[in-house]
Amino acid sequence: MTKLSVEHLLGIKYLKKQDIDLIFKTADHFKEVINRPIKKVPSLRDITIANLFFENSTRTKLSFELAEKRLSADVINFSSSQSSVTKGETLIDTVNNILAMKVDIIVMRHPNVGAGVFLSKHVNAKIINAGDGAHEHPTQALLDSYSIREKLGTLKGKKIVIIGDILHSRVALSNIYALQLQGAEVMVCGPTTLLPKYIASLGVKVETNIKKALQWCDVANVLRVQHERMDIKYFPSIREYTQLFGINLDLLKSLDKKIVIMHPGPINRGVEITSEVADSDQAIILNQVENGVAIRMAIIYLLAQQIRN
Amino acid sequence: MSRKILLNEKEINIILHRLACQLIENHDDFSETVLIGLQPRGVFFAQRLIALLKNEYAIKDIKYGQLDITFYRDDFRRREEPLQASESNINFIVEDKKVVFIDDVLFSGRSIRAALTAIQAYGRPSTIELMVLIDRRFSRNLPIQPNYKGRQVDVINAEKVKVSWKETDKKDTVYLVTETSKDQRPKSND
Repeated sequence: MTKLSVEHLLGIKYLKKQDIDLIFKTADHFKEVINRPIKKVPSLRDITIANLFFENSTRTKLSFELAEKRLSADVINFSSSQSSVTKGETLIDTVNNILAMKVDIIVMRHPNVGAGVFLSKHVNAKIINAGDGAHEHPTQALLDSYSIREKLGTLKGKKIVIIGDILHSRVALSNIYALQLQGAEVMVCGPTTLLPKYIASLGVKVETNIKKALQWCDVANVLRVQHERMDIKYFPSIREYTQLFGINLDLLKSLDKKIVIMHPGPINRGVEITSEVADSDQAIILNQVENGVAIRMAIIYLLAQQIRN
Repeated sequence: MSRKILLNEKEINIILHRLACQLIENHDDFSETVLIGLQPRGVFFAQRLIALLKNEYAIKDIKYGQLDITFYRDDFRRREEPLQASESNINFIVEDKKVVFIDDVLFSGRSIRAALTAIQAYGRPSTIELMVLIDRRFSRNLPIQPNYKGRQVDVINAEKVKVSWKETDKKDTVYLVTETSKDQRPKSND
């Protein structure tokens, strides 16, 4: 396969296994590019990309912006906090105004589920979902899978556990779809209150004992507790969460094998993961960040390929 | 589709020896020279030439890399078929080196234009030369000419020059292929 089967990247749910293979193959080339002395290629010099962030982001926004610039695209940035959204403008009006400035691709993060799908139906541009509420975060899932593949060679038959706040996590859902598509086994682990009620219907194992979960897995993807999305108390205290679900060096040493530790960031050091674990050789957290740029370059490049003047 | 042989195995072998000698004439012991095979088809030619330089002419240390120009092409979003990248493999800097690009067929010159930009990502070479096995005269879109050429041919745009190598196609041969398709512009040899 040489082109994507989708016109936008709205979620992993819409992708096929071949799409993921193509994205990874293209990302391999871009990973080589970003390790050259001059890390830029001119492919997208006539493409303009708008990064619309209606929700806070550091890493994803930087990673997208860097990917776009490495491909020589023109980039405009928009953050809702400094814009007319606070004056009451609707999403479509905001985006249409930006499109009137001749933008080809929109990268959007939005607090509402389905914002990307909605936009793709109403505006004439390629949409890349950079996170919509607690729904999907496809580029994060792709870079996670890519990083596992890089470390372990393949995802087929590998056992991945996603630990922590599954309920509020868009990373978890996209990861579950992506990992299953590539033949990995997935388990979720966390306090019962932070596991969605019907999560098992997605075909994942559910575990509430961290030791058992780590013993089972090859890779542990540790998520952040999203305090900002919690409207009620889901667990008694952070201290208790750390005691029951926090990953520390002693816990890792007590296992029979050496597992791979991942974290999509930002890390709450000392809460879901200790500093020793985050900085250990088992953690591939910084590889994930590097791969994020290559994966995003690949996605932008493959979508831009479909744009005709 | 009709196929005519332009060069047979023996002729290719003679040309390879001649090109190797021409390179030695200009590059001495190759200490300041790097050879760059252009992906995808130029690398077979380059590897063959390097094997010859090493085995027959006792040039010991040859710096060699493979350059992919996909992301530097000027026809991105202008083709029906998407572009497919190959691997770039240059693990050294070309700063102040004498670079020789090696490709199988020179047609429009657009690939070489892309390669001239692409190589800059690895430094600023002191000179860049171009070696091609087949030079399709009269079909150039850009002011680019080879420094070393195996054979110059005059063919019309509807015809395609196909280079086969033992490594991939069992036989060393250069064919002239006349296709009767609507798309008159050869795809892989530019």
